[in-house]
Amino acid sequence: MLLHLFALLVAASTALLIFAGGMVTSTGSGLAVPDWPNTYGYFLWTFPFKGWVGGVFYEHTHRLIASVVGLLIMALAVWLWRAEPRGWVRRLGYVAGAAVITQGILGGLTVLFYLPDPISIAHAGLAQIVFCLTMTIAVATSPGWKRGYAPGGTSADDRVLQRTALITTALVYLQIIVGATMRHTEAGLAIPDFPLAFGHLVPPEWNAKIAIHFAHRVGAVIVAVMTIATAGHVLYHHRAQRALVRGTVLLLALVTVQITLGALTVLSGRQPIINSLHVVTGASVLATILVLTLRAHRPRFTAEATVRAARGDAGLRDAGRTVAPGDLTTRKSGARA
Amino acid sequence: MLGLSISACTGGSESTPPAASAPVRNPVDPATAGRVTGTVTLIGTPPAAQTVKTASDPNCTATVKTEEVVVGADGALQNVFVYVKDGLGNLVFPVPSEPVVLAQKDCMYRPHVVGLQVGQTLDILNEDDTLHNIHAVPERNGEFNKAQQFKGFRNPHVFSTKEVMIPFKCDVHRWMTAYVSVLDHPFFAVTADGGTFSLEGLPPGTYTIEAVHEKYGRQTQSVTLPEKGAQEIAFTFKT
Repeated sequence: MLLHLFALLVAASTALLIFAGGMVTSTGSGLAVPDWPNTYGYFLWTFPFKGWVGGVFYEHTHRLIASVVGLLIMALAVWLWRAEPRGWVRRLGYVAGAAVITQGILGGLTVLFYLPDPISIAHAGLAQIVFCLTMTIAVATSPGWKRGYAPGGTSADDRVLQRTALITTALVYLQIIVGATMRHTEAGLAIPDFPLAFGHLVPPEWNAKIAIHFAHRVGAVIVAVMTIATAGHVLYHHRAQRALVRGTVLLLALVTVQITLGALTVLSGRQPIINSLHVVTGASVLATILVLTLRAHRPRFTAEATVRAARGDAGLRDAGRTVAPGDLTTRKSGARA
Repeated sequence: MLGLSISACTGGSESTPPAASAPVRNPVDPATAGRVTGTVTLIGTPPAAQTVKTASDPNCTATVKTEEVVVGADGALQNVFVYVKDGLGNLVFPVPSEPVVLAQKDCMYRPHVVGLQVGQTLDILNEDDTLHNIHAVPERNGEFNKAQQFKGFRNPHVFSTKEVMIPFKCDVHRWMTAYVSVLDHPFFAVTADGGTFSLEGLPPGTYTIEAVHEKYGRQTQSVTLPEKGAQEIAFTFKT
């Protein structure tokens, strides 16, 4: 349980880091600290508070939070390595550790090369991956996951829901990448009105920035439709599954908030706080649909683990590890769950 | 040799194409040099200077006004970079040893528009009790972003390629901008309070003079300067 709470803390701190990164971009402070990994020649943690002014405040704060999140994720990976009996969960920790190190290097490179779009967009995209990894670890270490969510130990193995949720997750991630491209190519106000585009449903004139901006709006519509489809399926077929219903309700609320924030971002002329809330709410939408997808797939983990246990090729690697009480059913049926 | 070159660049000798001529160093003869003077005027109602919110840095205590459009009496437009764009042919001019100073003072770049020659040192100086960065975004020269940690910090920089109106930013203080122009000759000026400029010491010849403003764009005029001549021209921008 402690490991699960720690994983939740790490995931929450990653969301805070994404908000801080959004503030850096929204305030145009990405190059306010010209050097990296130092800050104006100082080691990151010894940079005088007197210098936390203007754009430096946003960039330096982002770096400080990033360093803390990096340490937390490394600690989580070590904890999983030491205490987690399931190999795939341990591997998630290692991947998260490698991803956050890569993320830090990308952050440094984008500063040293004056914010080239490909590196900045990769930095934004990998941030979401890191967040997803920490959320997946938090889900996998949760008591609900270990007992299979349903009171009886298993939830419904609904292939339609699994596919729909998975596709929606991929679309949300793609939508975030388009959004990141829009931010870093300064196309956020390429279409200055909302909900119309230059007074029309479709822009009457086109250039690269207008196309990127319009793609993000079309993406929002697609994501909204897929969210409603996923939510409708859950609420119609799985009303008794509290874990699915709670996630669905949260997803619907977040998508509503996110579209509102997107509109306000345009109408406010990209006010930095609104803009950054739009970024972190987008990450929250992704995390929520990911959690829903994982929960929808939970029965398959048990089923596959049972098959592997029957084959005799599961659980052997984990022999000798300490098993938490919540993992006992897992250990009996194999190492996957 | 000097006479031949001037003749070529003024179009007086069709048999000697300028491109085929060897470069002529230190070509200005004070006995024949003249000058082009003039004014730059803005017609229309200029946007009023805005007071910038500097609260994000408590060390920026001076009142800061926007400098995008600075207009004096009778529409006299300041901060216009005026220079000889064409007509100097293959003349090569000495590079001054004195650096040009661009200061960060009172959380503003001073001056707002400045020119220098290729190979000449731009001495960028922090005169504030706070930190700044210097972020130049050229198109033909290399981009750079340098830290200025404290008051008195200097960053000398030498440009290798001519380029007009290179934007300079300070990402710590987003309102701070400047424009630096780099030429391969010394015939440039920035309009002063009265919108006036003067290009001194020009060899006789026919020149294209360009005036560039950060908001209102570019204008050119052709002018022919006789020996020891003085020509006056006027540029007019509209809002």
